[in-house]
Amino acid sequence: MAGPGPRPGRPSRPDIVVTYLGRRLIGAVLMLLVVSMVTFAIFFVVPLVAGGSSENLAARYVGRTAGSEEVADTAERLGFNDPLPVQYGRWLKGIVAGDEYDLGPSVERCPAPCFGYSFINRSPVWPELLDRLPVTLSLVVGAATIWLLAGVSIGVLSALRRGSVFDRAAMGVALGGVSLPIFFTGLLSLVIFSYGLGWTAPGSSFTPLLENPAQWAYNLILPWVTLAFLFAAIYARLTRAGMLETMSEDYIRTARAKGLPERRVVMKHGLRGALTPIVTIFGLDVSLLMGGAVLTESTFSLPGLGKYAIDAITTNDLPKVMGVTMLTAFFVVFANLIVDIVYGVVDPRVRLG
Amino acid sequence: MTAPAELTVAPGAPPEAYLEVRDLRIHFPTDDGLVRSVDGLSFQLDRGRTLGIVGESGSGKSVTSLGILGLHNRRNARVSGQIWLDGQELVGASPETVRRLRGKTMAMIFQDPLSALNPYYTVGDQIIEAYRIHHQVSKPAARRHAIDLLDRVGIPQPARRVDDYPHQFSGGMRQRAMIAMSLSCDPELLIADEPTTALDVTVQAQILDLMRDLQEEFNSALILITHDLGVVAELADDVLVMYGGRCVEQGAAETVFNAAQHPYTWGLLGSMPRLDRDVRTRLLPIQGTPPSLITPPPGCVFHPRCPYAERDGIPCRTEVPELVPAESGHQVACHLPPAQRREIFTAEIAPKL
Repeated sequence: MAGPGPRPGRPSRPDIVVTYLGRRLIGAVLMLLVVSMVTFAIFFVVPLVAGGSSENLAARYVGRTAGSEEVADTAERLGFNDPLPVQYGRWLKGIVAGDEYDLGPSVERCPAPCFGYSFINRSPVWPELLDRLPVTLSLVVGAATIWLLAGVSIGVLSALRRGSVFDRAAMGVALGGVSLPIFFTGLLSLVIFSYGLGWTAPGSSFTPLLENPAQWAYNLILPWVTLAFLFAAIYARLTRAGMLETMSEDYIRTARAKGLPERRVVMKHGLRGALTPIVTIFGLDVSLLMGGAVLTESTFSLPGLGKYAIDAITTNDLPKVMGVTMLTAFFVVFANLIVDIVYGVVDPRVRLG
Repeated sequence: MTAPAELTVAPGAPPEAYLEVRDLRIHFPTDDGLVRSVDGLSFQLDRGRTLGIVGESGSGKSVTSLGILGLHNRRNARVSGQIWLDGQELVGASPETVRRLRGKTMAMIFQDPLSALNPYYTVGDQIIEAYRIHHQVSKPAARRHAIDLLDRVGIPQPARRVDDYPHQFSGGMRQRAMIAMSLSCDPELLIADEPTTALDVTVQAQILDLMRDLQEEFNSALILITHDLGVVAELADDVLVMYGGRCVEQGAAETVFNAAQHPYTWGLLGSMPRLDRDVRTRLLPIQGTPPSLITPPPGCVFHPRCPYAERDGIPCRTEVPELVPAESGHQVACHLPPAQRREIFTAEIAPKL
């Protein structure tokens, strides 16, 4: 209730922002903690409940040929017989502070963040994740740029020419984009553009950006477009719906009444409101894909995080799967934080706090 | 269909007044049929004068004002007739020509200032934008101009409030900001579409005072669109009563209020609540509902609701009454003989007002 007289002193904006950021950061860390518990429970508690034993886990490390004595010995050494909270604590401590692993002949130091050792090849998980990250990052950043530009511009044009041939054609193609799975469009585009016409790389190849930018783009162009097609379709539909809504707002009429050229009315006054929901889903989409664009990477055999996760799942390599899961969770929580901050910038009515 | 009402001025003659609207028709083709929102409206307005356009919702008031500003989409509205503004015809002019006049020579104040201001930009930004689109000035100069304007419309601490967003303003302040924006280029024609409808009564009075002062200061022509006869009585020099897209009575405000001659105007006057009337006296609402604009009643549009229709065999159901001069520059479109109208007004209507 704002009474008459001078306004009550309100804290200055920077103060609000800092408090807000602090609170959101703590929230993000707590969220990650919960995710880690759930992840740990799924991979360690559920198998035990389902009738497995710590020997089953240990057996994956020592291989099929090992005797039961060696398996029991490994289980003891890796701490699989300890109470679950202790095991969880050790896993968490590994991520935060690093850990020592007794893998048999020697004890190895696994520096933080330590996601453990692969069951299969006994290599530490984290360096492998770091190795795969640039591939996924390249794929996602490129595709996201394409789908954002293409989706938003097609959506805007469709909304402005609602009911036109362009609108119908674009929305028809968009419906296709939303409905067709990557492994279909991906394989189809490989057949046509790579094996048929020979315009693009046949997949399963990745060149780091810094090594050869042209080759990097050449290798990735087909996966970019394929992945972007799916998302551009969704974004075009969302942008079109948003634009149809904002362009019928009263303030658009005001903007026209001021004598602004139509282009300016659309780009400055119409698009601004339509973009707000786009920002939200863009953050979430990108962060989810950062944890591995599983289908795209599999279809094009790109050695990214998604492919890594799939391979880990098929070989039942738990530490790898948990590593990718935690990394994805980190990206999603982090992206949510960024989206919320950006939201405050995009929409002045959003109050921080 | 009926022949268009005869014009008082020949279509080709040069305009006499600053704003001259001749036989304006604004029709919207829809799936249900042609909506005749404005059907043959003519009026004149000079600078320094105020014209009040009154009528029920759907009588074509707002459509007329948007038509003068050229804000109807040419794809779904058919505009014909002539609009002369300072010697320039606007209906046949190119959209670009009209756009350059919009906001500069003619400006508009909208009904609901909250939805008419863009929530994503500060009040200052929106005023600066309106000014800079028509004037080649630097941003700081435009900002100073915006602060001046806010000061002039009575916003306290304008230098600070210029950076506020619309949602940080109260309703009355928003309307003041809206007025400041419309005045940014010193318009010669100002159209206010229900400027006080969304405001508190006390604020209404302030805004009306402000508009009267500013009109005197700028010597602009003002069109005041409202359904509130009290507002018209307060500000207008001339009154135009619209019903079903046509003008039914037009004349000096004093004449229309004190010697109304059209049964619809009598109904409007009778529906106006008054403080000095006994509480138990009932208002005299107009019976029936507004006419369909797709299939308007034949003859006089008002006849289905008119208590005097077909009195003494006058052809209300078959013939469209033309707008003809009554007494003292007053024009009325009614089949009742003038003597009888005077008699009814003095005997039946005036005592109840």
